[in-house]
Amino acid sequence: MIFANGRIVRLLAALLGSMLLYACDSNNPTTTPPPPPPPPPPPAMASYDVTVSNLTNAQPLSPMAVIGHQSSYSVFAVGSPASQGLEELAEGGDNSTLLTDADADAAVIVTGTGAAPIAPAGGETVTIDLLDSERAGMYISVTTMLVNTNDAFTGVNSAAVEAMAVGDVLTFDTVAYDAGTEADTEMAIHIPGPAGGGEGFNANRDDEADRVSMHSGVVSQDDGLASSALTEQHRFDNPVGRVRIERTL
Amino acid sequence: MKVLQKAAIVAAMVLGGTAASAADINVRVINLTNGIWLTPFLVVAHPDGSSLFTVGQPASASLQAMAEGGDISGLVADLTTLGATIAENPAGGLLAPAMSANVDINTDGTSNVLLSAVAMLLPTNDGFVGLNAITIPTDPGTYVFNVPAYDAGTEANDELLTGGGMPGVPGIPADPGGLTGTGGTGAAAADANPNVHIHRNVLGDTDPTGGISDLDSTVHRWLNPVLRVVVTVQ
Repeated sequence: MIFANGRIVRLLAALLGSMLLYACDSNNPTTTPPPPPPPPPPPAMASYDVTVSNLTNAQPLSPMAVIGHQSSYSVFAVGSPASQGLEELAEGGDNSTLLTDADADAAVIVTGTGAAPIAPAGGETVTIDLLDSERAGMYISVTTMLVNTNDAFTGVNSAAVEAMAVGDVLTFDTVAYDAGTEADTEMAIHIPGPAGGGEGFNANRDDEADRVSMHSGVVSQDDGLASSALTEQHRFDNPVGRVRIERTL
Repeated sequence: MKVLQKAAIVAAMVLGGTAASAADINVRVINLTNGIWLTPFLVVAHPDGSSLFTVGQPASASLQAMAEGGDISGLVADLTTLGATIAENPAGGLLAPAMSANVDINTDGTSNVLLSAVAMLLPTNDGFVGLNAITIPTDPGTYVFNVPAYDAGTEANDELLTGGGMPGVPGIPADPGGLTGTGGTGAAAADANPNVHIHRNVLGDTDPTGGISDLDSTVHRWLNPVLRVVVTVQ
């Protein structure tokens, strides 16, 4: 019926272009090519927005490390020694070794990094994307250094996200930990943040207790530690950060 | 007849849906500190999308007045225009360390689905506690919230007991516990972070007639949480 009406054919030709030309070619049955295979459906994806907010008065937070992983990976454990990567993050604010090592770990699904330090009252969002099939049993961990300290860090350790539906939000108020890899001298040469401008990580420096614990806070020169580069402004209490995880896809 | 019954059920469901945003709750505030007093509380149920403060944002003038001097009248006026359900001063005055007070809040017939509770910490310059816009639970039960101390970011924490309690006036307005000293030179200049943030704690010193602070570092410090709020849904 369509072919009986030349006007409709012309209209369809204008509308459908090459598709109709192909249909015309099929008038010759000896040259009919096989129909093209349908394109494979794109793999289903999942996506999480991970936002860190800085709740402190004067402790910038170093660029965050975001790690999506299975239960057999742990970014840290209270009472256990910090990994090399966590030590470098907690002493110098450098997340590169932590993320490189995580990427090489079979239990890690995806990683992401903050672009810049997060100032007090500020925040930053990092988006991680993965295959929907990788969500089963997934946890998200986030770590970042309080840079006006020797080796304090904060974050979320293994938040279970498998049960999150698209649009669900998890929010955590986070506490300050001490990596236990460096004495809390508060001296300028050991404080990488703006209060000290000193060296961050140094493998030759003492590993103090060499286990992660809750942080006991800083003393500061205003509270009697004459050699401290920190003022009373740099003191902090928990929570020091807020981590918000939203599943967006 | 059957149709009428069905209509009645539908009407009941619709009414039930409306009533779901109403709540009859009891709110208990417990001062967890060792040496900090809390000014008369403002306990308030307010509409979705509203809040008394946001961490990381500047304090409103009304929040500043509460945090620097314990004056909740500005917040009450702001919240009244929102149609909030307001309970003032459940303790009948100051809430001493380790003491508690409670008040019933009934939001029937309102759209007030969030709960906040705020009070100033004494003796501080602009420290306050704030349960901040939590969603009021609807299932019967007891819900416990631990609340940290915030700094309004609006006043230098000089820790000097000068009586300054008006917004923008330096100094601490009062010391209900009577354990502060005198003669301090000033513990701090303006906050590095002028927005609402977690309080870094008072500094204090151990010199009752001099030093940098009128506060006593062995009396007036705290660690979070400083307040516990217990919400009981009937």
